[in-house]
Amino acid sequence: MIERYEIRFAGSGGQGIITAGIILGEAAAIYDEKFAVQTQSYGPEARGGASKSEVIIADVPISYPKATHPDLLVALNQESFDKYSKDVKEGGIVIVDSDYVKVPEEVEKKFKIYHIPIIETARNEIGKIFVVNIIFLGAVQEITGIVSHDGLEKAILNRVPKGTEELNMKAYEAGIRLAKEVK
Amino acid sequence: MARKDIDYSKYLRLEYIPHIWCPGCGHGSIMKSIIRAVDELNLDKDKTVLVSGIGCSSRIVGYMDFNTLHTTHGRALAFATGIKLARPELNVIVASGDGDATAIGGNHFIHACRRNIDITLIVFNNFIYGMTGGQYSPTTPVGSYASTSPYGNIDPSFNICRLAEAAGATYVARANVYSIAQADNFIKKGIQNKGFSVIEVITHCPTYYGRKNKLKTPADNLRWQKEVSVSIHRAKKMTPEELEGKIITGEFVNKSEEEYTEKYERLIIEKAQGKI
Amino acid sequence: MKVKESKFISGNEAVAYGAITAGCRFFAGYPISPSSEIAENMSYLLPKYGGKFIQMEDEIASIGAAIGASIAGKKSMTATSGPGFSLKQENLGFACMAEIPLVVVDVMRGGPSTGAPTSPAQADILQSRWGTHGDHPIIVIAPTMVQEIFFEVIRAFNLAERFRNPVVLLIDEINGHMRAKVDIVDESEVEIWHRPKPENPVGWKTPYKRNEELVPLMPDFGDGARFNITGLDHSETGFPTGDPKVRQQLHYYLRDKIEKNKDKMIKSEYLNTEDAEIMVIAYGSTARSAMRAVEVLRSEGVKVGLFRPITLYPVPEKEIFEVCENVKKIVVPEMNLGQYVLEVERITKGKIPISKVNRTDGEPITPEQIIEAIKD
Repeated sequence: MIERYEIRFAGSGGQGIITAGIILGEAAAIYDEKFAVQTQSYGPEARGGASKSEVIIADVPISYPKATHPDLLVALNQESFDKYSKDVKEGGIVIVDSDYVKVPEEVEKKFKIYHIPIIETARNEIGKIFVVNIIFLGAVQEITGIVSHDGLEKAILNRVPKGTEELNMKAYEAGIRLAKEVK
Repeated sequence: MARKDIDYSKYLRLEYIPHIWCPGCGHGSIMKSIIRAVDELNLDKDKTVLVSGIGCSSRIVGYMDFNTLHTTHGRALAFATGIKLARPELNVIVASGDGDATAIGGNHFIHACRRNIDITLIVFNNFIYGMTGGQYSPTTPVGSYASTSPYGNIDPSFNICRLAEAAGATYVARANVYSIAQADNFIKKGIQNKGFSVIEVITHCPTYYGRKNKLKTPADNLRWQKEVSVSIHRAKKMTPEELEGKIITGEFVNKSEEEYTEKYERLIIEKAQGKI
Repeated sequence: MKVKESKFISGNEAVAYGAITAGCRFFAGYPISPSSEIAENMSYLLPKYGGKFIQMEDEIASIGAAIGASIAGKKSMTATSGPGFSLKQENLGFACMAEIPLVVVDVMRGGPSTGAPTSPAQADILQSRWGTHGDHPIIVIAPTMVQEIFFEVIRAFNLAERFRNPVVLLIDEINGHMRAKVDIVDESEVEIWHRPKPENPVGWKTPYKRNEELVPLMPDFGDGARFNITGLDHSETGFPTGDPKVRQQLHYYLRDKIEKNKDKMIKSEYLNTEDAEIMVIAYGSTARSAMRAVEVLRSEGVKVGLFRPITLYPVPEKEIFEVCENVKKIVVPEMNLGQYVLEVERITKGKIPISKVNRTDGEPITPEQIIEAIKD
């Protein structure tokens, strides 16, 4: 039974950070029938600036909706990693973009860190930068199992624009494959 | 419109009369003009709404036997917009003063014009804030005296009709109390127009504006109206110098454009419900 | 209760869906963070149900249009945030005075002035009660959970209609933007109230004649009654009056309409309060931090409870008095510098020490801050 699982996604505006939080929360709350809340923070400066989205998932009702010590952090750039990795729970999971985040050696030991070429894969393999969030959601599913594969697939299909379903499914599977490679 | 014998009391709440307007005030003439227009059109009183804001003119709602709403200062058009959208079958008329309509309510005025919602706005322009004791308004002529312009007003005034025209009203006309029969006709045409109509009626406030500007008696005021008024036809032949200080009366706009609540029904409701 | 649809939506979206179920068929608004999603959702949903949305030229016009539509018979709503709520105050007072049903949603953000447009705060508690001039009746509701927002919006409409009074629904940037699963239900699944009207409105001349709950029996415009509505002191007829007796009676009616019916308006939640030695009083999204604090401390054996007023005004005076009667300390966390705590102080008359936890830096009050205050 999960009493409380805290997730934080961080990156820049335009990377679909908030949408990723919504999709994950929806997968948990609607399709997996767990409890989930999603919050976000962005400033007026966040059009292209920093963006953060948090999801709490549990098998029991959730009181405080914000992540204080995340079990999982996804950081797509160095700034997000530096700012938020210190909050991560000891031994927690951190997924970083291998091209954009350098992890100091001492930090590497504190958490289970997965280096994945998320942005590179979106750009070159899928050919659309906007699928960055779907790729890392695939990795999150594979690494944590916090939501079911099918639940997440349904949530993705429910939230992505019409006509992009196939592309996003390709991105989802790519994320899962990349995670398997580094697991 | 030919004057005929009509029973004004049919449209008045006699139990609330005498009204609060000062002796010699022009507002009563406009109220009677509205009655003649409404009577001519045979409007159903139960389906007619009269909305006002705050000020002398706004007190008209207490005297007229319609669905009447006396709102906050400047906001009559906002309330009226809600009423018209909620029940488009109602005839909605708004009575407002120069300060109410073009100062505190100026924003609502231009936006109601822009939407072309089927409301008829009658502006009682007496060039002054009467209710509060004669302060200058957006239509007070430059050089005039008011209780807040003891040295003469330096603020250029609004031309209400041109403002309405520029903002998109589909019927715009100006009349005055001196030749009130013209107002009957304009109000009637304004109500008939399926869209936003503005009828400015030049009226007078002998108590405040008149007293401070050498127009002490009601007759002085009417005489002044007669002297400064120029019909739109005559004005076309006059030079800007000749028109200096004159007030042009007549119809400025009379055009047909799709009305807002109809457009809302056709383009939004039907689309949202998958009918188109 | 039969669930029509479960959706993973924000509090702001829940406001829109709740309003539709409540029977809201008119919305007028103006863009302002962090409330704009309410207007956006209403613009999409209302026309599907034959209702109307309009984006007015400013905040003042928005509430004006909403009152106008209510006068013409539609259940009506507007939504805004701090600065816009300030602008709406005069017309809010009009609706209180003229007794027009209306729901006003304020998604609170930091203030004063422009403050912090995208950060949470509970800055408008006292404004929601006393923002407009003059003694006036008002009902204020501050839900916490996203699902609760859906049902509290329905309750807000019910109270607005039943008592012909504006109801202010206060949420904030946190629970306005937070997403969670919301079970959406149809109107057939919930209690729905409609405004009291005379049985036969035709020719009705006394729109302020009151029912046994002191609520005026007022027809809608167009029903065939041809009456008058004014913001001036008025008599039973709706016409202005200068009679001191009638004027005084009107003000008493406005006060008593809330006072005598407050048990029908008050709603609160009790968490571990029975044996509590320390009582936390928290509302809105801050209550979630308080719930967490209580959870954590109860597991450590600390006898702490949470009283959560869902209706902030009328103040649950009896409830607060009773729940605090046997406690040693009260903790009141608020994302302001101490507003609702003034009510708690008034009710407990300084007999019990009160610890305030306040924050106005745009960050939520954390469970740790509340735990610290409880232990202190």
